[in-house]
Amino acid sequence: MAGTPNYTDYHPRWLRRRVSTYWWLGSWSYFAFVLREASCLFVAWFVVYLLLLVRAVLQGEANYQEFMSWSATPAILRLNVVSFLFLVYHAYTFFDAAPRAMVVHLGKTRGPASLIAGGHYAAWAVASAVIFWVLLRV
Amino acid sequence: MGDHITLQVARYLPEKQSESTFDEHEVPCPKDWVVLDGLNYIKDKIDGTLSYRWSCRMGICGSCGMTVNGEPKLTCATFLADYAPGPLRVEPLRNFPVIRDLIVDIGDFMRKLVSVKPFIVRRYEKPLSEGEYLQTPQELDEYKQFSMCINCMLCYAACPIYGLDPKFIGPAAIALAQRYNLDNRDEGAKQRLEVLSEHAGIWGCTFVGECTKVCPKHVDPAGAIQRYKLTAALEEMKTFFMPRGA
Amino acid sequence: MLFSAGGVMSGMLMPALLFLFGIAFPLGWLAPPTHERMAAVLANPIAALTLFALCALSLFHWAHRFRHTLYDGLQIKHLEEVIATICYGGAIVGSAAAAYLLWQVR
Repeated sequence: MAGTPNYTDYHPRWLRRRVSTYWWLGSWSYFAFVLREASCLFVAWFVVYLLLLVRAVLQGEANYQEFMSWSATPAILRLNVVSFLFLVYHAYTFFDAAPRAMVVHLGKTRGPASLIAGGHYAAWAVASAVIFWVLLRV
Repeated sequence: MGDHITLQVARYLPEKQSESTFDEHEVPCPKDWVVLDGLNYIKDKIDGTLSYRWSCRMGICGSCGMTVNGEPKLTCATFLADYAPGPLRVEPLRNFPVIRDLIVDIGDFMRKLVSVKPFIVRRYEKPLSEGEYLQTPQELDEYKQFSMCINCMLCYAACPIYGLDPKFIGPAAIALAQRYNLDNRDEGAKQRLEVLSEHAGIWGCTFVGECTKVCPKHVDPAGAIQRYKLTAALEEMKTFFMPRGA
Repeated sequence: MLFSAGGVMSGMLMPALLFLFGIAFPLGWLAPPTHERMAAVLANPIAALTLFALCALSLFHWAHRFRHTLYDGLQIKHLEEVIATICYGGAIVGSAAAAYLLWQVR
C-alpha cells in the first residue's frame, strides 16, 4: 500500500453534495442544538445587564431606582423572560453534558453519570440559595 | 395495501448524469424484510443496474449504511414494514462523495483511521515466555463500548461538523482512538494526542450529539470525544505548567 | 477550559440572578434590595471577585460558542478573522469594563 499514489481524491465524476445553509432546520435534534448554542447570546446579554446594574449602583440611589424602573418596562421585561428561559436551557444542557466528559471512578468501577450531573445540580441549588440569601435578607 | 411498499431509490450514473435522480419501485414487504431485502429485490427482479454495498446483512460488517427517509441507517437493520406503504426514500450516505447510485467513497475515513493508530502501541513487546498481558473485567469495561464500532460511517453522515468541514477527523476515528487509549495494554496515548489535538481533531467537535444518536452499536462517540477533550486539555495544562515533570 | 469554566459559572449563577433582577424585582414579586445593601454587597471583595469572574468567563464562553455557531450555522467561515476579532475583542472589552466598574465600587 505504501507508495500507491492517491488518485481518488478529486475524481471529477463523483457527486459532491453541498451542505445547505439551513441544515440546522433539517431535524429537531439539529434545531435543539442550534438553540442551545444560541443561548450563549442571552448569557452575553445578561452580562451587559449586570454591568449596567453595577454602574447604576455606582452612580447613586437615583440611578439605581431609575435602573429598576427601566428593568420593568415591557420590552426589557419580555427580553429578560426569554433570556431566563434560554439561561435555564443552557444550564440544563450544560450540566447534563458534564458527565459525558468527566468519568468518575469509585474504586475500580465507574461512577454513574447521574453522580456528576447530580453534583452540578446540587451546586446550582446551593449557589442559587446563597444568591437569594445575600440579596434578600435585610 | 399492506404487503407492498414504494421505494424511491437515488440513482447517479456518472457517465450519464451530473445530478442524482430517483427511481420509484413497488416491492413486497413481508414483515421480516428490511430495506436491504427491498434493494436486493429491485436488483434481482426489476433493475439490475442498481448498485449498492452490503455484506453480512446482520449489522456487523458496517457496509450497508445509507440515508433512509433522511436519517442515516443500516439498511439491514431497518424494517420495511415500519414504513409501509411508503414512499420510502433511500439515498447514499450523507457527507461523502457519491461514486455511483448508493455507493459513497469512504477513503477519507480510512486515512483518518490510520492516522489515529488503531492498534496496541507499546514501547517494548513482552516476549511470549513472559506470558499474556493481563486485563481484569473492570479494565475491559473501560474501553469495551468503544470497541463495538463497526466502521459503518453513520456517525459521519449524521455529524453536521463533518458535513461542513471534511477536514474534521470525525466521531468514529476519535472513538476508536479512545478504545486504544483506555486499554491498559496500550502505551500510545501520547502519539495519538498529537494527531487528535489539532484544530481538525477533537476541537472541531461542538458536541451536537447526533453521532451517538445514530450509532447502531451504541458506541457513544460523542461521549468518547468529550471525555477526550478533558484529557487533552489537562495534558496541555500539565505540559504548560510542568514541561519536564509531566 | 475558559469555555467550560464560563459555561459552569453562567449556568450556576445566572439563572437565580436573572430571575431576581430581571423578573421578580421589576414585577414586584419580591422587594428589591436597597441601594445601600447593593453598594455593600458590591464592595465585598468576594462578591466583587465572583461577579468579575462571572462576567469575564461568561463573555469568553459566549465568544467561543458564538464564533463557532456563526461558522457552522451560517457557513461564513471565510469571514473568520472578522468574526474572531468581534467575538474575542468583545469579550476582552466587556471583561475590562467589568473590572473597571467593580474596581470603582470598593
